[in-house]
Amino acid sequence: MTKQKIKRSWDDRLFYILDTILLLFMILIVILPLMHVISVSLSNSGAVSAGKVLIFPVGFNLNAYKTLLNTKSITTGMTNTIYYTVMGTVLNIFMTIICAYPLSRKNLPGKKFILWIFTFTMMFGGGLIPSYLNIRNLGLLNTRWAMIIPGAMSVWNMIITRTFFMNSIPDELIEAGEIDGASDFQCFMRLVLPNSTTIIAIMALFYAVGHWNQYYTAMLYLNKPELYNLQLVLRNIIASTQALMEQTDNIAAAEKTAETIEVLKYAVIVFTSLPIMLFYPFLQKYFVKGVMVGSLKG
Amino acid sequence: MAETTSRAQQVPSNRLSPARKQCRLALRRWQLYLMLLLPLIYIIIFNYIPMFGIQLAFKNYNARLGIWGSPWVGFKHFQNLFKSAMFGRLMYNTISLSLFGLIAGFFPPIILAIAINETNYPKLRKITQLVTYAPHFLSVVVVTSIVMQLLSGTGIVNTLIANAGGNTINFLGDPKKFKTIYIISGIWQGVGYDAIMYIAALTAISPELYEAATVDGANIWQRIWNVDIPSIMPTAIILLIMSTSKVLNVGFEKVYLLQNSLNQSSSEIISTYVYKMGLVNTEYGFSTAVGLFQSVVSMILLVFVNTISRKVTETSLW
Repeated sequence: MTKQKIKRSWDDRLFYILDTILLLFMILIVILPLMHVISVSLSNSGAVSAGKVLIFPVGFNLNAYKTLLNTKSITTGMTNTIYYTVMGTVLNIFMTIICAYPLSRKNLPGKKFILWIFTFTMMFGGGLIPSYLNIRNLGLLNTRWAMIIPGAMSVWNMIITRTFFMNSIPDELIEAGEIDGASDFQCFMRLVLPNSTTIIAIMALFYAVGHWNQYYTAMLYLNKPELYNLQLVLRNIIASTQALMEQTDNIAAAEKTAETIEVLKYAVIVFTSLPIMLFYPFLQKYFVKGVMVGSLKG
Repeated sequence: MAETTSRAQQVPSNRLSPARKQCRLALRRWQLYLMLLLPLIYIIIFNYIPMFGIQLAFKNYNARLGIWGSPWVGFKHFQNLFKSAMFGRLMYNTISLSLFGLIAGFFPPIILAIAINETNYPKLRKITQLVTYAPHFLSVVVVTSIVMQLLSGTGIVNTLIANAGGNTINFLGDPKKFKTIYIISGIWQGVGYDAIMYIAALTAISPELYEAATVDGANIWQRIWNVDIPSIMPTAIILLIMSTSKVLNVGFEKVYLLQNSLNQSSSEIISTYVYKMGLVNTEYGFSTAVGLFQSVVSMILLVFVNTISRKVTETSLW
């Protein structure tokens, strides 16, 4: 008996040691590349090209960021991204809520069919070319609307919101409102919306992150540099050094240009992800919540 | 429906037929239908109208005649696709990329979730979750940019190799390394997020089950094997079904962003090919046909995998 007990605790101890090692390993795997990228962006370009920068900055300076804020394509991209994110998210929230609420109510004739109209699009779609031609026919190509209207609502997020309405807004509340003579609109505005701040916050974050990180739509539908969002600008900078060299005229020494541009690339990567990372602790909390709401069967 | 006592049911309507009852109920609910109007218009314009564009797969697109007016060509585009030299390579690249990704990416989130769930240090648990979940929020462009920068000729990886006395490697220029780069960066970005569902399943296990296992003399390894693993199996199977059906739907963005002329022989997949054929070469009909082929095969796979899973494991999507 004692022998067995000792053996068991030895097994357990081995497990906990391995477990801790594994978790620390995972943390390092994720964090080291990110620290390297940030450090390079803050380092002296000479030290970077000499390969001296690992996970801490060498010759700390903010030159790359100063150059970056003076580069027109980047500031334009930033303004555009903020515009697309704010406008897009507002429209998303509006569409998602007005769609999810009716579909969450009991005894709405035809509800099943209407719901099916929405969910079917998650399984089947027209594909790239028909969608592209559709956007072109609507005259949205190369307009700011192309970044906002085609993605006005995600059916998946609508389903999550609907699940929230069904599970978290008690039927008694709405029934009480109806008995008091409130119309469906009034019930929605006065009883449902004030109790839905959680799901609205979750959805706003879901959508806002999506808009901020949007690349595909921008690449397909935007052809004018003045409409480009930050992701598209970042991609162009990484893909071609040339584009950036033409725009950064405040770099003097010709032989230093390649080195400086290299550091600048890292700085743009950091700059593009900065808002996401600043909001991250906040995002994490709500995203986990959102994943959980979504996993509940409706 | 019978248990609710909304005003609609309080109306004495015993004499009305069920159809008319539904009509009355619907009329009373007009405000709810009004709310649905805008989303319905949206979904029709941006999702259903493009579905009619699928006919392009059987037509020779002519800009002047439009989608409806262009002449029919039957299955010509499909025949061209199946006969073309690209077809075999496209299928191989797409399927191998997603299958290897599926196999390599299946266990890490499960292992991470169990490790997080079982640790004795609440702080470590929190930090690991916070950190491993973070890359999920980085955009595809940022992640591919990081990959390209770190693996470039002057990047940190080659610098370390050179310092150790090795020869620098052109990672992204080598078709043989493309899959590995794609899959490992995918796991790096997604493991924390993928673990969430498993962590949720693990925290839902009742403590009594663990106590019972401990009373029976199980050590922690046996407890994981006999309690943890079985309780996350349904989640794992659902996720597996969903990913298997997407075996042809390898995301366009990341592959496209990591692609270059040197690694193209292993990085050209169906979706990047559809993009190039369609929007770069403007062969709208052919490109639509390739896309349609992909979505039809995916739907068939989904139904097939789901049926098998329902029979074998009694877990299914529908």
